[in-house]
Amino acid sequence: MSVIDGFRTRAEGLRLLQDRRLPVLVTAGLFVLMFGFGAFRYQSYGFLDAQVFMNLFIDNGYLLVAAVGATFVILTGGIDLSVGSVIGFTTMLTAWLVEKQGLPLLLVAPIALGVGAFGGYLMGYVIHHFEIEPFIVTLAGLFFFRGLCLVISKESISITDPTVDRLAQTHVPLPGGSFLSIAAVISLAVLALAFYVLHYTRFGRRVYAIGGNEQSALLMGLPVAGTKIAVYTVSGFCSALSGLLFTLYIQSGDPLHAVGLELDAIAAVVVGGTLLTGGSGYVIGTLFGVLVLGLIKTLIQFEGTLSSWWTKIATGVLLFAFILIQRTMTGRRRT
Amino acid sequence: MAEPRPVLEMTGIVKEFSGTRALSDVDFRLFPGEIHALLGENGAGKSTLIKVLTGVHPLDGGTVVLEGRPVRITSPLQAQQAGISTVYQEVNLCQNLSVAENILIGREPVAAGRIRWKELRRRAAQLVTRFGLDLDVSAPLGSHPLAVQQLVAIIRAVGSGNPAAADEGDAAAGTRVLILDEPTSSLDRDEVEELFALMRRLRQDGVAILFVSHFLDQIYEVCDRMTVLRNGALVGEHLVADLDQVNLVKLMIGKDLDELEELSEHHTEPDTSEPFLKAEGLSRAGGIAPFDLEVRAGEVLGLAGLLGSGRTELARLLFGADTSDGGKVYIGGDQAALREPNDAIGRGVAFLSENRRTEGLVPDLTVRENIILALQAARGWTRPVPASQRDELVAKYIAALDIRPADPEAKTGSLSGGNQQKVLLARWLLTQPKLLILDEPTRGIDVGAKAEIQKLVVSLSEEGVAVVYISAELEEVLRLSHTMGVLRDRRLVARMANGPDVTAGRVLEIIASGEHQ
Repeated sequence: MSVIDGFRTRAEGLRLLQDRRLPVLVTAGLFVLMFGFGAFRYQSYGFLDAQVFMNLFIDNGYLLVAAVGATFVILTGGIDLSVGSVIGFTTMLTAWLVEKQGLPLLLVAPIALGVGAFGGYLMGYVIHHFEIEPFIVTLAGLFFFRGLCLVISKESISITDPTVDRLAQTHVPLPGGSFLSIAAVISLAVLALAFYVLHYTRFGRRVYAIGGNEQSALLMGLPVAGTKIAVYTVSGFCSALSGLLFTLYIQSGDPLHAVGLELDAIAAVVVGGTLLTGGSGYVIGTLFGVLVLGLIKTLIQFEGTLSSWWTKIATGVLLFAFILIQRTMTGRRRT
Repeated sequence: MAEPRPVLEMTGIVKEFSGTRALSDVDFRLFPGEIHALLGENGAGKSTLIKVLTGVHPLDGGTVVLEGRPVRITSPLQAQQAGISTVYQEVNLCQNLSVAENILIGREPVAAGRIRWKELRRRAAQLVTRFGLDLDVSAPLGSHPLAVQQLVAIIRAVGSGNPAAADEGDAAAGTRVLILDEPTSSLDRDEVEELFALMRRLRQDGVAILFVSHFLDQIYEVCDRMTVLRNGALVGEHLVADLDQVNLVKLMIGKDLDELEELSEHHTEPDTSEPFLKAEGLSRAGGIAPFDLEVRAGEVLGLAGLLGSGRTELARLLFGADTSDGGKVYIGGDQAALREPNDAIGRGVAFLSENRRTEGLVPDLTVRENIILALQAARGWTRPVPASQRDELVAKYIAALDIRPADPEAKTGSLSGGNQQKVLLARWLLTQPKLLILDEPTRGIDVGAKAEIQKLVVSLSEEGVAVVYISAELEEVLRLSHTMGVLRDRRLVARMANGPDVTAGRVLEIIASGEHQ
C-alpha cells in the first residue's frame, strides 16, 4: 500500500472536520436557529412577517458592504482599522458637498468613492513597501480620517437634498408585499460581485494564496505587491460606499458617525468563519455574520425590556465562541 | 548509456562574497535523462552553485551553456523560462489552496477573466496522473502529507515551463533541468520511495535532475552520477557505480572517517542499577498510546520508527513539553508530575528538539547568549551568571564541541546546521543533565558533524549520563544504543536490548509489521 493510499482513508475521515465550509454552515445554522427562536417566541408580534427579515438587509446594508471590504483584507491576513473613520468621513464629505456646496449627488458619489479608494491605496502602499504592520498603518488611517471629519465641520450636517431623500425613501418591491431599500439592493450586489471576484478571478485566488503563505505566493511568481495594495484599495472603496449607504440611511453627515464600526465589520467577518490569520473563509460567511449580528439587535428590540447594550454583550459572547471554534479547527489542522 | 551532449555545462564558475571565494573555478555538467548528485559538506558551495545557476546570485566568472547555447541567467524567473526549475527543502506552496490551484496558480485557464474551474481541475488531474500519482486535486493541499506536498511542488515546478507542451502530452513541459535541493530531509522511507519513483519517471522523459541530499544511501539508490565539492572547489565527478560510500565520504571531508568506524561496535553490558527514569503507562490522547519505558544512568536508549510514529510525542511527554493524560513517571525513584518543561529540567532532564531553528535556537542572539540560556534559566533570572565564569564556560564548550567559528559573539543564525546543533548541545550540557533526550540531533547536518555528535553521545554515556536517542537513521540508532525501542503508529511496539542479533533488517520488520516476538 502506498503512502498516498494509506493517507487517503484518514483524509476522508478528517475531511468533514477540516472542510473550510464548515464554519460558514455553523454560522448559517446559528442564524436559522436564532430566527426559529424569534419566530417561536414573538409569533404574536408579527416576527414572521417577511418585512422583518427584509429589514435585516435594510438596517445592515452599510455594515455588509464594509464587512465585505474587510473580508478581502482579512483573507490576506491583514486588518483594516480605518473602516469606521472612512465611513464617518464619507458621510461628512457627502453632506458637506451636497448641502453646503450644492453639488449633485451624482457627482458627489464618485468623488467620495474615489477618496475612499485612494485612502485605502495609500495605506496598502505604505503597508507593503515599508513593511509596516497593517494594524498600525490603518490605525493611523483611523485617526487621520476621523480628524478630517472635524476639519469639514464640528457640527452635524443634515441633508435636505431631494435626490437623497428620494433615493432613501424608494422601496424596491418584492413578491409577497415586502420591500428592500436601494441601499440594501446595492449591498447585495456588492456581495455578489465580491463572491465572483474572490472565486472566479485570478486576483481573488491571489488574495487566498497570500493569506495562505505570503512567502510561497512570492516564490510561485505571483504579483504579491499589487494584490496586497489592491486589497486595501478595495477595503477603502467599500468603506466609502458603505459611508454613502449610511448617509442614505441616516440622511445626515456627522463627525461621530460610525465610530468603531470597523470592529463590527471585523466581528461579522470572524463570526462568518473567516480566519484572522488569512487564507480561509468565504464572503458568504460574512453575509451570515452580518445577519446574525443584525438579528441579535432585532431580537432584543422584539424583547422590548432589554437595554440595547445587550446587543454588545451578545456579540461579545458570540465572538468568543467563534474564535474558540476557529482555534480548535486550526489547531487540528497543524500536524 | 551513450554519452550525448550535456544539457547544461558550467565551466570555470567563480563566485565571491565580499572578498571571500565561495566558488573557485568549478566545472559542472548535467546530461539529459540522468539524476546527478551534488555532494559536499555544509559550506562546500553546493547552495552557492545552485543559486548561481538559478539566477539568485550573479556570476563573477565562468560560463554557463544550456543546450549548446551560452546563457546569462540573472533571475529565478528567467531560469524558469529557460527550462531550469527548482524545488527547495521547504514546500513553497499554499496549504489553504487546492492541489489543482497550487499546481496552476498564476497560469489558470481563464475565459474573459473568469477562471474555468473544470478545465483547471482537468489539467491539474492530467498532470498529476502523468506523473503516476493518484490524488484528489480538489482537496486542499494541507490535507495531504508533506511527501505528497513535495511531489506537488515538483509537478508545479516542471509543469510551469510551457503549458502548451503540457497539453501535448509532455509531462516535463519544457523543463530541461530540475533542481531538487534536499527534498527528502523531512520525508519518511516510504515517502522517499514515492519521490524517487517520480524522479525516475522524469529521468525517462529526458529531464536532467540535480539532486542534493545528506543521505548517502539515497544517493546510491537513485543517482547515476555525482559531483563532489569541497571548500568551494571541484573535487571530482564520478559515476555512482564507480565510487563506494567510504571513498565518497573521504572525498567529501578530505580525511578518513576512522573515528566513525571506531564507534560501530558500541554495545556494552546493560547496567542493572535502578532506572533513572521510569514511565508506567504514560500516554496522551492523539499523541501516543500508553507505554512503559526505563532508562538507566549511562544507558543510551535508541528510539526507532517512521516519521509520525510517535517518536517526538514520546520524547515531549518525558520532558513535560506536552502533558500526559494517563500514567506515571518516576525520576530518580520519585514520582514526578511533569506539567511543564521546567519540572523536568529541575530534575536533570534536557531535551534537544528536532526543530532546532524554531524550538531551540534564538538566531539573533550570539553563540555565547544561546549557550548560557538554559543555565541561566536553571539559576533563575534574578541570579545572573557572573561574567567571568560565563565566558570561561562558553569558551570551554566551544572548544570541547569544536563549534566553528569559535567566536562567542557570532550570531547563531549565521552558523551552519551542524554548528547550531552543537550550540544547543552545549547549552544543555552546561546544566549537567542526568538525562539527555536528543530528537533527530543529526538531521540536516554534514557527515563530519554527525560523527562528532555521535562520538559525544558515546562519551556522555560513559560519563554516566542517560541518553534517549531518536533518529530516523536506523544505522545511527543501532550503532549508538544499548537498548532499543521501536515505535509504530503512535505505539511503542517493541523494547529490546541491542546486540549482534538486532539488525537493521529486524528492526525494519518490526516497524513494518508492528509485531515483535
